[in-house]
Amino acid sequence: MKAELSPRLKTVLYGVMCVLLIPFVFPTWWMVTSSVKPISDIFAFPPQLIPRSYDWTTYSKVFELQPFVRQYWNSAYIAAIVTSGTMVVSSMAGYAFARIRFPFANTIFMIVLLGLLIPSEVTIVPLFQMFLKAGMVNTHWPLILVPIFGAPSVFATFVMRQFFVTLPAELEEAARVDGLGRFKIFRKIALPLAKPALASVAIFTFLHSWNLFLEPIVFLSSANKFTLPQALTQYTDAYGGPMWNIQLAAATLTALPVLIVFIIAQKQFVEGLAHTGLKG
Amino acid sequence: MAVAQDHARPESRSSSPFWTIARRDSLAGFLFIAPQVIGIIVFVLIPLGLVFWYSLHEWNVLANTFTYTGAQNYRMLIEDTNLVEVLGATAIFSAGLVVLNLSLALLLAVLLNQKLAGITIFRTLFFSPVVVSLVAWTIVWGFLLQKNGGINGMLQVFGIEGPNWLREETTAMISVIVVQVFKNVGLNMILFLAALQGVPNELYEAARIDGAPASRQFRRITLPLISPTILLTSIITIVGSLQVFAQIAVLTQGGPGMSTTVLVYYLYQQAFQFHLFGYGSTLSILLFVIVAVLTFAQWQMRKRIVFYES
Repeated sequence: MKAELSPRLKTVLYGVMCVLLIPFVFPTWWMVTSSVKPISDIFAFPPQLIPRSYDWTTYSKVFELQPFVRQYWNSAYIAAIVTSGTMVVSSMAGYAFARIRFPFANTIFMIVLLGLLIPSEVTIVPLFQMFLKAGMVNTHWPLILVPIFGAPSVFATFVMRQFFVTLPAELEEAARVDGLGRFKIFRKIALPLAKPALASVAIFTFLHSWNLFLEPIVFLSSANKFTLPQALTQYTDAYGGPMWNIQLAAATLTALPVLIVFIIAQKQFVEGLAHTGLKG
Repeated sequence: MAVAQDHARPESRSSSPFWTIARRDSLAGFLFIAPQVIGIIVFVLIPLGLVFWYSLHEWNVLANTFTYTGAQNYRMLIEDTNLVEVLGATAIFSAGLVVLNLSLALLLAVLLNQKLAGITIFRTLFFSPVVVSLVAWTIVWGFLLQKNGGINGMLQVFGIEGPNWLREETTAMISVIVVQVFKNVGLNMILFLAALQGVPNELYEAARIDGAPASRQFRRITLPLISPTILLTSIITIVGSLQVFAQIAVLTQGGPGMSTTVLVYYLYQQAFQFHLFGYGSTLSILLFVIVAVLTFAQWQMRKRIVFYES
């Protein structure tokens, strides 16, 4: 399979891949270009792959119709807290399950892994009631606490454990002889080595939080509190129909920054996630 | 599992302080796992118990009554004529998604595993939808799939009259599956690519010397050797497919009729739109059982299907 390919076969392969790329790349292009088309052109025939005229007011309307800056901030700060919180919780738990001997470690680990079997959709009704009783409905607490400590963080803990298991024991033994305590060993020796695993945990946790949809629409009710995915669907006219070009402008503003970061750091993204998958 | 006391060092035992290394280690272990374990108890295990408890009750939110009704919600579940349709839609969605996703992921991974210049650019582009915000991606596809939208516009250029994708039962289901496949197939593609790169080259060389054609090399060498990854990705993809919600909510709202009302969407409607928290909880239990059974079944299958495990 790794033999040198003939030029003809190469041309065929490039052709096949370019055709296959269309449904992956075209939607993003269509989103960006349609977001600056005047409303009259948005369903024009034949479809305009490149806009023939531009209407930038769609972007100002995004901010006029909803507190979009605020909603952007909500999504960003929630994702930041959830990502860093998950990194702390899962690296500590993963480290302990991999390296520290304590009673019932395996049993507890199995119970924690149950979280993988229980998608948050299963527990959404009681979680809603619990947060209602705690007076936390229509606040961001459910969107922060549940992902960091609940089921979504279990996969992260699993990934971290699989990584720490592979660390050679000698590294720690030397430190113990020097009289370092557990926390110092974790902090000064194990954690710095775990950067690749932490990076992949950070990436998938961020994407998970950024994309969360069911939880925000269950827990949040005022536009000021909305996160981006929820806000995007709110650009509708008096009849509930979507205002397409404004929705697409808001969608562009939501998608592009992450996409740009991804393209700059694509190697770390792809390899980090591949690494996770292999170990997981 | 080793008992912690076995690891106490002799010198610490002789002076017999309370905080032996083993005891200190146990304490450290418990402190390290405490946030995660308390989180699992509070946000997973207690809610799981509660959801079962709720499912045995009739819960009227408006009248603020909560009455024990035993198995009544479960009888309602069996008699719910909508549920047949819901489970059918869930099964079609999950099966279609898994088959399409895994075969496309494998095809792309094989293509990306070729020695071609600029292959990283293709890899990046195929992967890019994974990092596009889910709802943004869904909104664009919803826009493209309108009756007078981009896809039908392109078809019309070639003189083809396209259907109203999201308003006809068959095409609506196909649409939600396809939108989801293109969004996330990049993840499985990367996992397969990593697995393919782990297959030793010598095996292919030996097969080539024996004159085995590429198709047989693929069936006899590649597939068996990447079978652990196929199992892993199929479990992740099936469990993920049962959680699909945003795409349905944005694209079809479960319609037309109930043709794309999958279980999670139905659960959401019952609990949070019709305020039937008791029945919604019963549906949650059903979802939990389905996820557990499928995961368990696939895990069992690994003994028969997976060629080896590293």
